[in-house]
Amino acid sequence: MPRRIDVGRARVSRSTAARAALLVVFALLVLPAAGNARPGTIGGAMATNCQLQVFSWWTGGGEAAGLTKLIGIWNKNNPSCKFKNETVAGGAGTNAKAVLAQRLAANKPPDSFQGHAGAELRDYIKAKQVEPIDFIYKKYGFTKIMPKGLISQITYNGHLYSVPVNIHRANILWYNPKVLKKAKINAAPATWTQFVAALKKAKAAGVIPLALGEQWTQQHLLETVMISTLGPARWTALWTKNGNWSNKGVTLALNRFKTLLSYTNSDAASLTWQDAGKLVADGKAAFNVMGDWQDGYFSGTKAGGNLALKPKVDYGWTAVPGSSGVYDWLSDSFTLPKSAPHRAAAVKWLGFLGGKRAQDTFNPVKGSIPARQDANAKLYGPYLKWALKQWRTDRLAGSLTHGVVAPNAWATDFGTALGLFLQTKDVGKFQSALKTAHDKFT
Amino acid sequence: MRNIRRWGPGLLLVSPSIVLVAVFVYGLIGWNVRVSLSDWRTAVQSSKWAGFAAYRDLNADLAWSENVHHLLGFTVTFIVGALLIGLTLAFLLEKGVRGEGFFRSVYLFPMAISFIAAGVVWRWLMNPAPGDRSTGLNVVFEKLHVGFLANQWYLGLDWGMSAMAMPAIWALSGYVMALYLAGFRGVPEELREAARMDGASEWRVYRHVVFPHLRPVTLSALIILGHISIKVFDLIVAIGGKQLVTQTPAVYMWILIYDARDYAKGAAIATLLLVGISLLIIPYLIYTVRSEQRV
Amino acid sequence: MTSTTAVPPAPPIPARTRLRGGRRVQRTSGRLFKYAALAFFAVLVLMPVYVLVVTSFKDVAETDPSHAWSWPHVWTTAAWHQAWDQLSPNLANSFRLVIPATIISTILGSLNGFVLSKWRFPGADIVFTFFLFGMFIPYQAVMIPLTQLFTDANFPEGIPRLVFAHVVYGIPITALIFRSYYATIPQDLMEAARMDRAGMLRTYWSVVLPISAPAFVVTAIWQFTSIWNDFLFAVFIINDPAKWPVTVALNNTTGSFVTPYNLQMSAALLASLPTLAVYVILGRYFIRGLMAGALKG
Repeated sequence: MPRRIDVGRARVSRSTAARAALLVVFALLVLPAAGNARPGTIGGAMATNCQLQVFSWWTGGGEAAGLTKLIGIWNKNNPSCKFKNETVAGGAGTNAKAVLAQRLAANKPPDSFQGHAGAELRDYIKAKQVEPIDFIYKKYGFTKIMPKGLISQITYNGHLYSVPVNIHRANILWYNPKVLKKAKINAAPATWTQFVAALKKAKAAGVIPLALGEQWTQQHLLETVMISTLGPARWTALWTKNGNWSNKGVTLALNRFKTLLSYTNSDAASLTWQDAGKLVADGKAAFNVMGDWQDGYFSGTKAGGNLALKPKVDYGWTAVPGSSGVYDWLSDSFTLPKSAPHRAAAVKWLGFLGGKRAQDTFNPVKGSIPARQDANAKLYGPYLKWALKQWRTDRLAGSLTHGVVAPNAWATDFGTALGLFLQTKDVGKFQSALKTAHDKFT
Repeated sequence: MRNIRRWGPGLLLVSPSIVLVAVFVYGLIGWNVRVSLSDWRTAVQSSKWAGFAAYRDLNADLAWSENVHHLLGFTVTFIVGALLIGLTLAFLLEKGVRGEGFFRSVYLFPMAISFIAAGVVWRWLMNPAPGDRSTGLNVVFEKLHVGFLANQWYLGLDWGMSAMAMPAIWALSGYVMALYLAGFRGVPEELREAARMDGASEWRVYRHVVFPHLRPVTLSALIILGHISIKVFDLIVAIGGKQLVTQTPAVYMWILIYDARDYAKGAAIATLLLVGISLLIIPYLIYTVRSEQRV
Repeated sequence: MTSTTAVPPAPPIPARTRLRGGRRVQRTSGRLFKYAALAFFAVLVLMPVYVLVVTSFKDVAETDPSHAWSWPHVWTTAAWHQAWDQLSPNLANSFRLVIPATIISTILGSLNGFVLSKWRFPGADIVFTFFLFGMFIPYQAVMIPLTQLFTDANFPEGIPRLVFAHVVYGIPITALIFRSYYATIPQDLMEAARMDRAGMLRTYWSVVLPISAPAFVVTAIWQFTSIWNDFLFAVFIINDPAKWPVTVALNNTTGSFVTPYNLQMSAALLASLPTLAVYVILGRYFIRGLMAGALKG
């Protein structure tokens, strides 16, 4: 048996080398263990024991920038309870939601977490993981300053569970004026017929008529088509017990969606929403349907990873054809988890978020409008000024893709049915799958 | 039968591991199976018996059969690809070449890169944009005048999941190569010489002397690759997200548990994956143990 | 005696020395073809690495996917600085995780492998099969009860939990590697120790451990890589973003809405540097370990 081994270039007796290694190993074992053996609190070495732990998925772009500003204001006003930013990235919060679900299940909630206002929070409400915050609305007067339609759509069983920080609009048609000119499209389409005609002209001109991205953006497109076809009242009714998914209106909407798909780019599933928007910005596509965060991407600074385009010159917008006067809304909001470790600070945070200063600081940067109706319009760019005006008069239709009208499980089933439709293009099967999902959840 | 004083200490030494595995593997598998048979279908925990309801739902779920097809496509391409390439590389190297160390390091190091990082770059490479928007490998094909090879990669309806297997093959062929290389070099040279003395051509030497020795390597490589394939999650999500077009059971399980909060159905998928794996590896394990006993 | 599990045993003599003596003369064309094939595969393997490296040194303006292949017009390390700023605390976390976890699970694997192959007890094979099956569970399924167990047991939060999880779930693969390696130790060695009336621990320390280096290397490299690259356990078990290992931080960088590609690539490379270094420096020992036998010299 060989008694010597090579350790690098030195020849050492095998057993000596092995024993030395083992001793080093045991020594190394002790040190890290000693280092890690602290009592199990997060950040235990800090002097203050108050930290506002806020959980979100705002890790990039305007949202992260807006959040940073809010953190600055909070920390200045609350030096004894500094903000602890806990974020998890990954596609519109899917990783974050999973991690949050696990934390709540393990009874280690943050002080506040982000969620879309509306049905998306129902899972947490039903599992008794969030507190009703009617008292916060009362204390800070939110009920008076936020639109009644909004408040009623986020009330569940008579109670409110989150403070909306912003309002986004989903049913916007973005377009490139130069491309429209080249394709001899005289005006942005306002009706379905005009829309199809414009798409045909774009195709003839050799550009992608309608730029589309991965599956969730396709669901987003579908919801705007359904809202345009059905109108806000019938749309909202679909999500209630009496909702009729088998009627001809839904069939028409699904068929229109199918028509639109034939005017989109074949590699849609590999594109993010920004990639799709960029196709329009670069003149490779004529139209794109996306929420108004697209404006933030189009007009934001290059340093922030945006395109720094000029509104109305390099890009234009209008309501999705057929939905003018309807606001397909969604809202980022924050909650009060049960057993929040620093409840007083959490309550203060929510009061702060619903206040004018926070909303007028956050929203211009984020690219959305405040939920409050007393926004200082001067702070907002051209698109947002337009949106603020519309918000005052439009009828409300809650978004599906962004958690207003349907709880997560239903939205997931919808998405699964959509995924299958995208492969088979069978409207009949799609419609009956949607009806099945409705019956399952109401 | 040796007495207990001989083998007792051995059992004692292994017992902490036995306990840990019993709790953290089998205990949790048991929890998982129990959940799959319960009525915990929403965010509110519930543990009433529901029989095979979740399994029935899964069976009726068209997305589930999509997932299974995707997994099969991915697994077959991944395993066959990694085995073939690993074997080829080992074959090229086994007789010794100049710069063997360099080549070995090159082939081995994709293993060092995490699937998330690999996903980031392969997503670029496998960009399915057509025509003048093409980029990634498609544009390379065009430049090399083999433009007909340009395709939709992971979005292709028929071969999409096979394309998805490419980063996985890239990451693990080196490991398979290392296994086969060790296998090749484990064949005693006397055996090869003897065959050559008998007048066998080099090819026949390989076929009748060397390759049979490689069977156990193939078997264990198959097991390791198979289990990686079934569990792979990071890579799929990094490239295709959670869309149905690239979905596999591991991804669907995530969606069910964390998005839809349908815990029983998600647990049912986990249980089915385990059952599927067991069907493969239990025979393998029995074969292993038996053949060792034979020796 | 051959083992049929993951690590086949070695020939009595390290193969390369032997081959040098007995290599057949190959025809030049065959040789050329061989080198051409090897080079072709090397290009294929390195191609993604080229993209990763080249993009990481580009300016943001040049990082469109349509320019994936082009050489940078301007070489800049801005993305690397950014990646370092974002990831360096997490790199430290990863080291704090991987080093103890690798050491503990390797030692545990050695002890387990030794008992299961050489100091057997009735039912040793059943126990081994019992371990091996544990390699196959899909981890998503057990995240929730796992984290629950940690909370109920009041296990120290953060990295210790992750170390524990990796050690436990590493038991199967480490036992597998060591068991197959130790299976190649000839029975005479064990007999000799027994004749000297050596007990189990003494036998391990004096006979088995000194010749275990190759298996330690293989196991350590494998565990280092798997634990370093793990994402699932880390994102679920560790709640505090400051304690996340680098793979989670990498995902935050690449998964976020608007991350410039040069930063994504530099972050991906930065996160992979330690494991790459391990393979470059120790790769030959890895192969040798896979090939090594206990005997002779």
